[in-house]
Amino acid sequence: MSQTFVSETAHKVVTAVNSTVSLAYDVYSKVPGATVVYKYVRDSHQNDPVRTLLELVFIVVMAWYFFNNKPKGKNEVKLTEKEIQELCDEWEPEDLVPELTELQNSDLENMAVIAGQILINTNSASGTKVKLADGKERLNFASNNFIGVMNSEPIKEKAVAALRKYGVGSCGPPGFYGTLDVHVELEQSLARFLGVESSIIYSQGFSTASSVIPAFSKRSDILVVDDACGMSILKGVELSRSTVKFYKHNDMKDLETVLRKVQESTKKKPLTRRFIITEGVFTAYGDICNLPAIIALKEKYKYRLILEDSLGFGCIGQTGRGTPEHYGIAPADVDVYVASMANALASSGGFCAGRKEIVEHQRLSGLSYTFSASLPALLAVSALEALKVLETAPVLAVQCQQNAIAMREVFQKSGISQIRVLDTFSNTPIIHVRLSSRLANRQEEEHILQEVVDTCIRDGVIVTRARYVEAQELALPVPSIKIMASAGHSKKDSEKAASVVKDAFKKVLKVHRLG
Amino acid sequence: MGKGSRAHFKANQPPLSSADLLTAAVVDAPFGMYKSDTDSSSAQAKSADTTKYLETAAAEPSSVPTGGFVFHGNNHGEHCIEKTPLHVLITTYLSYFILIITGHLRDFIGFRTNPAAYAHLRNKNGYAPLNSGFDTFYHRRLYTRIRDVFNRPITNVPGRTITLLERQSKDYNKSFQLKGTTREVLNLSSYNYLGFAQSEGPCADAVEAVIKKYGIQGGTSRMDNGTLDLHLEAESLVARFMGKEAAMIVSMGFATNSTTIPSLAGKGSLVISDELNHASIVFGARVSGASIKVFKHNDMKDLEQVLREAISQGQPRTHRPWKKILLIVEGLYSMEGSICNLPGIIALKNKYKFYLYLDEAHSVGAMGPNGRGICDYYGIDPSNVDILMGTFTKSFGAAGGYLAASKRVIDYIRFNSHSNVYAESITPPILQQIITSTKIIMCEEHGNDGRRRIQQLAQNSKYFCSELKRMGFIVYGVDSPVVPLLLCHPAKIPAFSREMLKRGIAVVVVGYPGTPIITSRVRFCISAAHTMEDIKWALEQISEVGDMLLLKVSEENGERVKKEKKKLQ
Repeated sequence: MSQTFVSETAHKVVTAVNSTVSLAYDVYSKVPGATVVYKYVRDSHQNDPVRTLLELVFIVVMAWYFFNNKPKGKNEVKLTEKEIQELCDEWEPEDLVPELTELQNSDLENMAVIAGQILINTNSASGTKVKLADGKERLNFASNNFIGVMNSEPIKEKAVAALRKYGVGSCGPPGFYGTLDVHVELEQSLARFLGVESSIIYSQGFSTASSVIPAFSKRSDILVVDDACGMSILKGVELSRSTVKFYKHNDMKDLETVLRKVQESTKKKPLTRRFIITEGVFTAYGDICNLPAIIALKEKYKYRLILEDSLGFGCIGQTGRGTPEHYGIAPADVDVYVASMANALASSGGFCAGRKEIVEHQRLSGLSYTFSASLPALLAVSALEALKVLETAPVLAVQCQQNAIAMREVFQKSGISQIRVLDTFSNTPIIHVRLSSRLANRQEEEHILQEVVDTCIRDGVIVTRARYVEAQELALPVPSIKIMASAGHSKKDSEKAASVVKDAFKKVLKVHRLG
Repeated sequence: MGKGSRAHFKANQPPLSSADLLTAAVVDAPFGMYKSDTDSSSAQAKSADTTKYLETAAAEPSSVPTGGFVFHGNNHGEHCIEKTPLHVLITTYLSYFILIITGHLRDFIGFRTNPAAYAHLRNKNGYAPLNSGFDTFYHRRLYTRIRDVFNRPITNVPGRTITLLERQSKDYNKSFQLKGTTREVLNLSSYNYLGFAQSEGPCADAVEAVIKKYGIQGGTSRMDNGTLDLHLEAESLVARFMGKEAAMIVSMGFATNSTTIPSLAGKGSLVISDELNHASIVFGARVSGASIKVFKHNDMKDLEQVLREAISQGQPRTHRPWKKILLIVEGLYSMEGSICNLPGIIALKNKYKFYLYLDEAHSVGAMGPNGRGICDYYGIDPSNVDILMGTFTKSFGAAGGYLAASKRVIDYIRFNSHSNVYAESITPPILQQIITSTKIIMCEEHGNDGRRRIQQLAQNSKYFCSELKRMGFIVYGVDSPVVPLLLCHPAKIPAFSREMLKRGIAVVVVGYPGTPIITSRVRFCISAAHTMEDIKWALEQISEVGDMLLLKVSEENGERVKKEKKKLQ
C-alpha cells in the first residue's frame, strides 16, 4: 500500500513538474527573443561555468541589497511603541516666540505713524514733508526718496490712469497671464537706461537678490562674498547651497587672498561657476564698494560679479546710473546688476539687469519671479515715470549727493567728539551716525540712540535707528542713527536736519553724562 | 478630533454654513451682476477676432441653471486625487522618452554642425557655463518648443475677460514679436476668485483717493519709521476678518512666507511640511536653519508617523528634544485643488503639541461661506491655528500678504521678519484695495455685494467641476475654485492651450517643474466675475477640445463609466 502511495505521489510530482516545465516552455517560446537569450546563457555556461556562478551570486546580492536597504537614519534608536508614546506624551515645546525686550515694547508703543504726505511747492523740487498722527508736519529724513519723486503730482496722475486701465492687482504670476505690457516696457526702459541688453522685474526689492543668487549658483559652485552684505544677499547665498567664502568688508587684499586660496584648492577639480557678490552702496555702513579693484580681480581670477546696488541705483554717479557710473565703469561690465525700485524710483519691487541669457534664465529659475504674482500695474507705471524723470533731470542725482555731503559736513564741523559719522567724505545718500566709543551694553546704546531719534522727531525731523534682525545677521553692525538724503529736500533743510540731529545728540549725551 | 473646539465662527454677519451657499433660497441675486467689466471691456474690444460668444453674452442676461450639481458636504477626509489610467501613464512616459531622445539627437548633431550655437553651454575662457545639466536641456529642448503658451503678455484688467497682446515667433519660439493687435478672450486663468480685479467700482475709487492723499509709496521699511496710519487700519481690519488678535501685512505674497518662517523656527526646531507645499514655504523653511521633514500630501497617517518618529528620536545625532515643531500646510493646494484636512491636523495638534502655520494664499476669500478661508469652510474656530497666513494677490485683487496670530506672536514677528525690517513696506494704493475689498467681503460696505460674490463663486466652481467630472475628465479636488484637469501627455499641454485660445478662452497649462513630470495639467481658475453663461459656454468648448485630444479617460467618473457600470449590473 505504501508502495502504491509512493508511486502515486511520485507520479503526481512528475506530472506537476512536467506541466510547469511545459508552461514555462510555452511562455519561453512566446516571449520574443527568448531563444537568443537562452542560447547566450547556455553558451556562456558551457564556456565558463564559473562565470554563471559569479553572476548568480551577483543577482542574489543585488536582491538582498534591494530588499534590505530601507533608508533609515544611521543614528536612530530603536524604541518600542510604548516608549514612543511616553516620549510623545512627555515632550513639551518651547513657546512659539520669546518675550520681547523692554526696548522693543517701547518701540512698538511709540512708533511714529505717518498720516499723510504733503506736497509743498518750493521753487525747485517737491518737498518731503509728512504729517504725523499728532497732526504736526515734519521733515522726513527716514525715507529712501533719493531723487524726491515720491510725492510727485505727475507721477500720481500717471498712476491713477494706470489704475483706471489695469485695476490694482495683476492676479497671476508672470508666466500665467501676469505679464502686462507695462512690465515689458519697464524692463526695456531699465535696460536702456543702464545700457545693458535686458532686465527682469521682481515684485519686491528685498526678495530680488535672494532669488537671483540661487538661480545661478548651485551646489558645487563657489561664492565669494563681502562680509558686510545685507540679509537679502545672505539668504540667497544660504539658499544656493554653494561653497561660500567671505572676505573682509571692502578689503581688496583680503579678497585677493581668498580668491588665490580658492584657486589653489580647486586646481585639480572640474571647473564650476564662481561669483563675487557685493553691495554697491552698503546698507549697514553707507560706503561704496571698491568696484574698479573688484572688476580687475574678477577678470584676473575668472569670476562673475553680482552687484546689489539698491542704494546706489538712481542716486550715485553723474546721471544716477549707480555705483558703476560713480567709477566710470559701464554697467554692462557688471555681469549681474540687481537693484530695488523702492528707493530712488519711489515705487516697489526690484530688478535684475544684464545680458539676455542671464535675464531669460531667471524667467524659469528665479524663484520669486516664477512663483509670485507680478508687480501691480500702477507701481510699474510709477517706476517707469520716475525713471523718465531721472533721465530728463539727471541733476536730481547730483543734488541728492550734494545734500548728503552737506549733511556730513555739518557733523564734521560740529566738533562733538562723542559721535562719529561713517565714511566722512562720501556722497552716498545713507548716513550712519554712531557713538565714537562703544558702551559695554548694546541695549543701553540702542536706548540712547532711540532717545536721540525721539528728540529729533519732537524737533520736527524724522530719522530712524538702523535696525537689524539681530539673531540672523552675519556680523551685527554697530548701533547707529540712519539719515537718508534726498534731492527732494533743499540744501538748507538738509543742513538744518543735520543740525537738529547733532543738537539732539548733544542734549541726550549730556543727560546721560556722556558729553 | 478637536470635537470640543469646533466652535462656529464669530462673524459680524450671522454666519452662513457651506450648505447655504448653494440652496436656491439664497440665490436671489441675478447671475451676471458683474457686468461692469463686461460692458466696459466689450466696448473697448475692437479686435475683429473677438469670439462671437463674448459679444453676445454681454447683451443677454443669463439664466439660473436648474439642477446639474449636488452639494456633497465637507468631504475633508476625501483625498480627491484620482489615479491616472495605466495606458495613459505608459504612453506619457513613451512621449517623454521620444522627446528626450530627439532632444539629445538634435544636440548631438548640433554640437558638430553648429558649435557656435552651443558655445554658451561649454567652458569658455576659464568660465563655467552659466547654466548646465538637465535644467538647460529641459529649457532648450522641451520648454522652448511650447514657450508660446506661457508668459503671454496682456493689457487691461485681468477680470472676466482678458486682453492678450498677440505675438508671433519666426524662430521657433526663441523670440517673440508683438503683432500690434490685441484680442479679448474669456479669462479662466487669473486668480481673480471674487472678481475684485476691476478698474472701476468702489475699490478703484477708494484707491484713487488714496493715491492723491498719500502718493504711491510709504517711503521705507516699516521698522524704519515707514508706518502709515493706513498700515495700522488695514492690519486691524485683517485681524478682525481672520478672527485673530493681531495681523501684519507684508509687501509681497511670496515674501510673506519666505521672510517670516525664519523668524519662527531656527536651529533646534523642526519644520514639518506637506510635500506639495508652495515654493515660498520651501524657501522660508530652508533659510530658517531648522531641520525639515516632509509628509505625504494631506496624509494624516503619514503625518502622525513622522511626528511620532521626530518627537521620540529628537534632534539628529544628539537626540536632544526638539525646541519646537512647526507644521506648515496650505489651505487649498492650487496645483491639486485639494483642501487640507484641517480637522485631522487639529486632532493631531492637540495630541502632539506642535504649532500650526496655515498658508491660505488661495483659500482666503475664496473658501468658506463667509470668505474667511479654510477655518470658515470647516466651521473651525481660528484660535486652533497658531498662525494664519494668506495673500491679497488672489481673491482681493491687490498684492502682498498677511500674517494673523496672537498679539504676542505678531509683535515678535515685526522685529524678526526680514520683510518688516529690511524690505519696502506695502504701498498705500495697494493697502486701500485691501481695506475696501475686505470690507466688502465682510459686508461692512456696499450691502450684500460681498456675499453675492462668494455665492456666485461657489456656484460657478461647483457647477464647473461637477460638469467636467460628468464629462469623464480626470479632475482633481472638490469645492475648490481652482480646478486642475489632467492632460498628462507633453504634446497635449500646448495643444490644449492653443486650441482653447483659438476658441477664445485663456487657460493656464502647467507641466514640469510645476507638477510631477507625468501629470501635467490644465488649471482653470473660476471667478465670481464669470456668469453661468460663461461657464456653460466654456464647458462646451472644453468638452469639444477634450474629445479632440482624447482627454475623457477617467475610470471613476463620466458617462462612459456610468454606462459600463450599468452593463455590469
